[in-house]
Amino acid sequence: MNVYAKEFNASACRYTADLRHRDLIQKALAGYYAKRDEFKGRFQSWSGARDLAAEIKWEAVNHLDRYLDEFVSRLEARGAKVFWAPGAQEAQDYIVGVARQHKVRAIIKSKSMTAEEIHLNEALEKKGFEVAESDLGEYIVQLRKEPPYHLVFPAMHLTRQQISDLFHDKLNSEPTNNPEDLTMIARRIMRRKYCEADMGISGANFAIAETGMISITENEGNARLTTSLPKVHVALVGIEKVLPKLSDLALFLPMLATAGAGQSITCYNTLYGGPRQPGEPDGPEEFHVVLLDNHRTELLADAEQRDALHCIRCGACLNVCPIFKNVGGHSYGTTYQGPIGSVITPHLRGLQDWKHLSQASSLCGACTETCPVKINLHHHLLHNRRNAVRARPAFLEKLIQSGFVLLMRRPAFYQLAARVGRIAQPLQRLIRGTFFDPLRAWTKTRSFPPLAKKSFRELWRERKTP
Amino acid sequence: MTNREIILGRISEALKVAAPHPALQDNAAPVPVVSSPEKWLPPAGATLEEQVELFRQNAEALMAEFRACATVSEAIQYVKTLAAAGGWKKIGRHRGELTDSVAHELGLAEVQTDRGYAVDDLESCDAALTECEALVAQTGSVLVSAPSAGGRALSVLPPHHVVLARRNQMEPDLTAALQRVQQKFQNKFPSFLSFISGPSRTGDIERILVLGAHGPKKLTILLLP
Amino acid sequence: MSIVQVLERLGHTVDYPEAQTCCGQPPFNSGYWDEARTVAERQMAIFRYAETVVIASGSCGAMVKVFYPELFHGHPREAEAKALAAKTFEFSDFLVNQLGVLDVGAQFRGRATFHDGCHSLRELGSKKPPRQLLQHVQGLELVEMKEAETCCGFGGLFAVKFPMISTAMGEVKCASIADTGADYVISNDSSCLMQIRGVLDRQRKPVKTLHLAEVLAQT
Repeated sequence: MNVYAKEFNASACRYTADLRHRDLIQKALAGYYAKRDEFKGRFQSWSGARDLAAEIKWEAVNHLDRYLDEFVSRLEARGAKVFWAPGAQEAQDYIVGVARQHKVRAIIKSKSMTAEEIHLNEALEKKGFEVAESDLGEYIVQLRKEPPYHLVFPAMHLTRQQISDLFHDKLNSEPTNNPEDLTMIARRIMRRKYCEADMGISGANFAIAETGMISITENEGNARLTTSLPKVHVALVGIEKVLPKLSDLALFLPMLATAGAGQSITCYNTLYGGPRQPGEPDGPEEFHVVLLDNHRTELLADAEQRDALHCIRCGACLNVCPIFKNVGGHSYGTTYQGPIGSVITPHLRGLQDWKHLSQASSLCGACTETCPVKINLHHHLLHNRRNAVRARPAFLEKLIQSGFVLLMRRPAFYQLAARVGRIAQPLQRLIRGTFFDPLRAWTKTRSFPPLAKKSFRELWRERKTP
Repeated sequence: MTNREIILGRISEALKVAAPHPALQDNAAPVPVVSSPEKWLPPAGATLEEQVELFRQNAEALMAEFRACATVSEAIQYVKTLAAAGGWKKIGRHRGELTDSVAHELGLAEVQTDRGYAVDDLESCDAALTECEALVAQTGSVLVSAPSAGGRALSVLPPHHVVLARRNQMEPDLTAALQRVQQKFQNKFPSFLSFISGPSRTGDIERILVLGAHGPKKLTILLLP
Repeated sequence: MSIVQVLERLGHTVDYPEAQTCCGQPPFNSGYWDEARTVAERQMAIFRYAETVVIASGSCGAMVKVFYPELFHGHPREAEAKALAAKTFEFSDFLVNQLGVLDVGAQFRGRATFHDGCHSLRELGSKKPPRQLLQHVQGLELVEMKEAETCCGFGGLFAVKFPMISTAMGEVKCASIADTGADYVISNDSSCLMQIRGVLDRQRKPVKTLHLAEVLAQT
């Protein structure tokens, strides 16, 4: 078992036993479920909307080169600078280069999972630049020096008490149990930073090919401020974020809000098409868009799983995943958590190292059912499992599986095995849960039912013979 | 090879194998692509009156304040009461037909953003007065742009944002609002457009709703004839 | 045996080919598709001449109906796999959607809640049929639990490969059952029932587990 799988198991053991965590997450999501269902219900047809969203994303991803070129040429026509980054290193180097070129002293950042993916903050900090996270949830986990817990709700795992203690500890603020007071503490600090920063870094939710604009969705207004006041704006955008037309947003913005946060629409949905244009009162002098590949084209090449690139990063699949709810976002040990994370991380970081995430699933399918763009998530977990076995079959497991096949091809052996099982069961009770118990993975926490005295086959035969 | 060529090369290589179209996946006959989402999205109201009412409901559900004013004077009166209640000393605004009328009557200190401004000046304003590109009934949103709302920061930095809109700016849904700006700007788009749906908010602390996270804590939308 | 009894009560002839063993889901789920195919081919041969195949469990039903076509995609026996998939039905789906029967004349006194097995619910799209059948059982009071659609945590080998996660999921399910005050939890998947039973017993809860067919067989 590789180190990532070991860490996953260890973390999962801790979190699944933590009833306080289980309870907190259940409470946190209860409100989301109710609101999500309320707003889904307002759609004339949520399933029709999903079908259309899946088709639009299919169109975008399966003609990605054409749409990317269109996106870039329109952006550049408005004076934006576009950098194509084949990998994480190139993206990091470019952004550091921009910061150096402008002798940037203070960087403010709005939420970007893509920036997490390439460890942008660390890269900038190593080169002596300070990066302030402006999104409240991201700011909180940055102070705690931990990664975001959830794609959309980075601090979902914390209570107000913990946040109050954190602020008191790091910011010397007065302890308070009031979420509004805590938010205002962060607001006051951030306002100074917006006004003083000379570079703002953002991500993007969508890249509109038709008009050459990026679209950023947020509730707090921190992204708007990050991209309005500093004189340089750098946006890091995964190449798969493309949407063909501006009008596609009319479908995607409400769906992203409903599926992702149980809102009818997110508070600010902003389109940026260039640096400050002539006649505009404010806005950055320079607007850089960094288009990131970083193994996305490898996922693109896997036609069976290509639809995983349709993901709009809404986080809905995390919110319904029983594994996510029980092991928690940090157990995944990687940027993207939950079902989508389990599907794409093997492609982004290596199949053999990360196949365990695809294995740690009961394949319940709640993720696929909820995905607004109809990605076949849980089936891709099966595909990852198959691909992992094909690339590197584990000797012992292959032996067991071959043994299983043998048993299933010879009903006589199968029935013999069942008979042996029945005889051995009382013996098993003696060693239940101990090291010698072959069923201990089960019996440590659950009882094993007594095997039926007669198999169905025997009952059937008895019926036939009068 | 440039980076662009590298990435585009990888993409075209990857796309040599086709991925099945989603309409074919459900084992049913492929449904023709319905390219406009109006059929599926929440209904948007057929008449202007219906749209105004729908806008009111949605905006108020988002905790924005909405008033339909019969005249510009009525709007001016209302903004005066807001200013008094809020103890406004200084407002930020841009030049415009409606903003000029209202600001003139308020008689408060002003930061006009049109020709640029000092950030600290704008930061210390008590309120922002702007116009807009459109209102969206379906979502209760205000669509602003750099030219229609005095730049990027004016409508998000001061703690109370007041929008002056005209009835003929009401659009039924997001599709219509986007079409409106596409027709107006004809690809000479401003660098900034934003759909504002309520005052700023966060749910990051125990999923409890708090208003005024970074952007305005209060949003007032006045609909003029 | 309950399924046989119910079907015969409704006037059908039931046969049980004794040579059958397993649908092949365990190797399939583990990624050993070649091995799964070997087992599946055997099952396909056994049922080649059956008019209709009825399956007791949602997960086996899903394996045949949904995954056999995928497993044999591009394979010479793809048509055969699809043919078997088309004539195979999970028990409640068969009764309600194929036979059009809602009332099988069953009687069972008690307060029960229904657990939706994930394969039945999502792969086979079957939410209503079990409930429709149970609503016609005389004397049965059916209550819905909040987490009815949440996975119980069995997931096949997942239950022993990741026992800590599986158990936590089972505990969430059992807590939801307890909240309903039901004396019975019913499902149409035996593996789910085994998981739920396992957790309930460890918790020393008196709630009993029953397969849907067992309830429908009671008169």
